[in-house]
Amino acid sequence: MSDKATGFFKHLLYIISCIIIMFPLYFIIVSAFKTKKEYTLNKFLIPSLPTIKNFITALRGHTFFLWMANTILLTVFSVFICLIIASFAAYAFSKMRFYGRDTILNLLISLMIVPPIVLVIPLYYMMNKINFTDNYISVILIYVALLLPFSIFLLTSFFITIPNELMEAASIDGCSGIAILFRIILPLSKPPIITLIVVNSLWVWSELLIALIFLQSDKMKTAMVGITIFQGRYLTNVPVIMAAMVMATIPMLVLYLFGQRYFISGITAGALKG
Amino acid sequence: MKKLYLNKNLGKKIQPYFYILPAISVVCFIYLYSLIKLFQNSFLNLAVPQRNFIGFRNYISVLKDTVFWEAFSHNLIIIAVAVPVLIFLSILFSVFLYEKIRGWKTYRFVIFLPYILSITVTGIAFGYIFTYNGILNSILRLLKIDFFALDWLGSPKIAIFTVIFVIIWKELGFGVILFYSRLMSVPVEIYDAAKVDGVTWWKNLVYITIPQLKTVIQFYLILLIITMFSWIFNYIYVMTNGGPGTSTNVVEFYIYKRAFFYNVMNSANAASVILFIIVIIFIFVQFKIRIRIGGGSE
Repeated sequence: MSDKATGFFKHLLYIISCIIIMFPLYFIIVSAFKTKKEYTLNKFLIPSLPTIKNFITALRGHTFFLWMANTILLTVFSVFICLIIASFAAYAFSKMRFYGRDTILNLLISLMIVPPIVLVIPLYYMMNKINFTDNYISVILIYVALLLPFSIFLLTSFFITIPNELMEAASIDGCSGIAILFRIILPLSKPPIITLIVVNSLWVWSELLIALIFLQSDKMKTAMVGITIFQGRYLTNVPVIMAAMVMATIPMLVLYLFGQRYFISGITAGALKG
Repeated sequence: MKKLYLNKNLGKKIQPYFYILPAISVVCFIYLYSLIKLFQNSFLNLAVPQRNFIGFRNYISVLKDTVFWEAFSHNLIIIAVAVPVLIFLSILFSVFLYEKIRGWKTYRFVIFLPYILSITVTGIAFGYIFTYNGILNSILRLLKIDFFALDWLGSPKIAIFTVIFVIIWKELGFGVILFYSRLMSVPVEIYDAAKVDGVTWWKNLVYITIPQLKTVIQFYLILLIITMFSWIFNYIYVMTNGGPGTSTNVVEFYIYKRAFFYNVMNSANAASVILFIIVIIFIFVQFKIRIRIGGGSE
């Protein structure tokens, strides 16, 4: 194939893929601003008279608002706790020598392959027994556990690249183990930390299976479970569902835009070199 | 004096274990406990209060269940179709980005957007796009290609492929960014040398780019296999509920239905263990192949 033909083919593919990617997003946003009647008549074009009524309907009775707040709470706590625990572990794995280090690390990382549905059944019965269902502590604990393997993996592989001389200099200056972690290693690890904040927040925010099973009472539910409830409740009023989906996506879009600059370098910095 | 020194030494020796203790406790509590409990329960008859030991009977009943095998075959179809397509498209699009095709910055943003959307939002939106009287079919009818206006999610033969399309749509962004990050660290000299020799774009792709991406492709392959067995519950739950009939049922959804819908814990537990073993086998085989390929070329 000549270079000209290749170039044409590349641009064609580029445009087609952009359209396919953007189309559902366009559909969600446009539909969210349509009246119920207009949605049935005109699915494709932009609304002739944009309305924010759907957003008001979705927020009516404050339940959706509450679900959003619940999700924010779960996300913040899970991501933060996971980050702290993973930093401590990654610090030991990357900068200390101890018996069984590599075996423990490999075992921890290989937990990534355990399907969550496999854990859910025994956990549900255990939490039920100790009255911990419908409780954020149990869900946060499960989320932290599911996020830990990847978080430790990413942080360890980044911490290894930090030169030991920096730590030695600090320990001569009288810094102890924990101070070295907080004053030297973590400030140097912005890319992987921000990557983890973005990736893990997106994951917790979007998680459905565990939220569905462990948080069953109405006031404890998350935004994602709420949307699936809306899916049944507003069967004949699709624009309301779309409005709820727009609201549930905006926080993650903001987070991604904020972290985008570090995000790619965070992945590059990880273990994926070579 | 000597004793003090010894104590300090001991402190240094056990210090690392304090750092990993929180992680180990959480993991033991959530993973170890659950896996042991699950394994134990899979040999008991939980339908009776005595919970007596019944050997492999739970397993046999799952393995005799055609619904289970059908669900498993759907996982395999999803892997067979989605994984090669995802790897191929990720290579192609990451190369476009790397070559700084016109508008590549916008493109990088656009291609990553599906990753930000949750599966729930994606699945529901596509559900409305693909319904029989949905937007896709109205466009197809407008274009006068009515014969192509199928019942995308309502027909048992097509539904699974519609789900696969949505999975690819959602998962592609991560692969592209992964491969793109790797390409960024490939030494430019390699491409410069090829340019001097007048190598075409396709030859460049096959002989330089793909070998450079080898390790990332292997990593992504493992990640995708894990995903296709363990993380597609969400798509099925919001898009098809396993239907029409059982035509889009997958192992994860089978277990969920058994455990939390029909309340048949016996087979749910056994099926969970089977799923776990299946994933381990797949990952193990993949590692074996990887070692063989790696050993051959290095």
